[in-house]
Amino acid sequence: MAPCKTRLSAMPSLTDLPRPFRPRTSARAMIAMHSVLDRNALWYGVAVFLQKVPLLYQAFTFAERVVKARLFGCRMCGQCALPATAYACPMSCPKQLRNGPCGGVGTDGSCEVYPGMRCVWLMAWERAADADHIGDLRRLQRPIDQRKWGQSSWVNYWHGDDEGLWTEDDLLSAPPLLQTTHR
Amino acid sequence: VTDSQPDGQPSSVPSRAPSHLREVLERGEFAVTAEIGPPRGASVSAIRRKARLLRDWVDAANITDNQSAVVRLASWAGCLVVLEEGLEPVMQLQCRDRNRIALQSDLLGAAAMKIPNVLMLTGDHPRFGDHPDARGVFDMDSLQLIWTARTMRLQRTLLSGRELKPAPDWFVGAVENPFAPPYEWRAERLGKKVAAGAEFCQTQFIYDVDIFRKFMQRVRDFGFDQRCFVLAGVGPIKSLRGLEFMRSEVPGMYVPDSIVQRLRGVPADRVADEGMQVCSDIIAEVKEIPGVAGVHVMAVSWEEAIPEILERAGLKPRQRTGEPVAQGS
Repeated sequence: MAPCKTRLSAMPSLTDLPRPFRPRTSARAMIAMHSVLDRNALWYGVAVFLQKVPLLYQAFTFAERVVKARLFGCRMCGQCALPATAYACPMSCPKQLRNGPCGGVGTDGSCEVYPGMRCVWLMAWERAADADHIGDLRRLQRPIDQRKWGQSSWVNYWHGDDEGLWTEDDLLSAPPLLQTTHR
Repeated sequence: VTDSQPDGQPSSVPSRAPSHLREVLERGEFAVTAEIGPPRGASVSAIRRKARLLRDWVDAANITDNQSAVVRLASWAGCLVVLEEGLEPVMQLQCRDRNRIALQSDLLGAAAMKIPNVLMLTGDHPRFGDHPDARGVFDMDSLQLIWTARTMRLQRTLLSGRELKPAPDWFVGAVENPFAPPYEWRAERLGKKVAAGAEFCQTQFIYDVDIFRKFMQRVRDFGFDQRCFVLAGVGPIKSLRGLEFMRSEVPGMYVPDSIVQRLRGVPADRVADEGMQVCSDIIAEVKEIPGVAGVHVMAVSWEEAIPEILERAGLKPRQRTGEPVAQGS
């Protein structure tokens, strides 16, 4: 039940069951950081290069994992939702919900599965409100590709593989219909 | 509420499933649904008995899907039995036990067997059930499942892009819990499900009408009640033990002190009766809230109480315009 330790050896592994994680950085700081890491021709080039050199890709992915495990409790789903969740990781929800909290959140804000921990979606809501990014939570998140566990989500993002991972934040228009397998 | 939202998708909209529940709601009548929990065991006689008990009183009955993560007879099987008894089923389908392959397969099975209504939810975590050692699947969440159903209906394909011949159709339902934080977000969360394709919604048990009223205010502010029928979830508490269980063991349940005092304030042999009265009073109260299209009565292991609860709330036995959907031959 204890929160993840920060030691490398205690990084969440892909087989650990998910549990809520309180992010170690503010949403505002990460939104600012995102503008540096946002997709552009340079990062696209980096992504293509990394994908060509397996050893470099592995080293890069490991570094990404260390950083994101410490900051967000990242479990390496490989298709990062953080920019749309005020940087609270939905994959740390025991049900891995990508579209908001379940109905079991305690009146004190606790997770139904780990009552000592705060619901990660409640944290996302509070962080989004704080950073004036509530609109992000209106986006519909499509089902993830389960084959991408363990991959670098930064490389996938820069490479454009994450396009369509979520919809616009307009709740009143119909979302595009789904087709997931060939992405 | 229209079915054929402009999508830029193929213009021919699939023929709509003949859902009595949808007809009642579209006529603007106050709809009544109830919940039937399937038994633990390989017999459907209990479901038949409950269906006969309820069929004159409700427009449709939900058949739960391994509710509380406890193994029960399959929801689809229960739905077929309810159909045979002349009552329309709502098949509950949750994401805890199935990946996207099985979910789509079960949806096709429901459409083919003339189960006209499906209600999709994420499902309770295995930790709360009788097999806490089971792996929860959670390949998709409830919203993504509703989105998938919409894709199957309107695009006439699976998630893989493969064509469905013929395309299925259902009256698509979702759930929402107005009584769990973050309260300000709950109406919008329902709105996300409506955007994904939900046409009706049944809520968690209402014991605090004030919180529900605020929730409905937000639903109306966004206009979601114009695009989705909201059925208020209610249910009787049978005993003080049941009350304690609900308060402490059931995730996402909120019973305010005023209700607790009402139930504790009567002699032990009158608690069940008072529980029914509380439920009837809440039905009468939520019926007057704008945007509430009906009630959904969940009397867990106490379905016998439902007719009297409805009668006390001033609801009459249902008038059916025609025979319910005939069993597919």
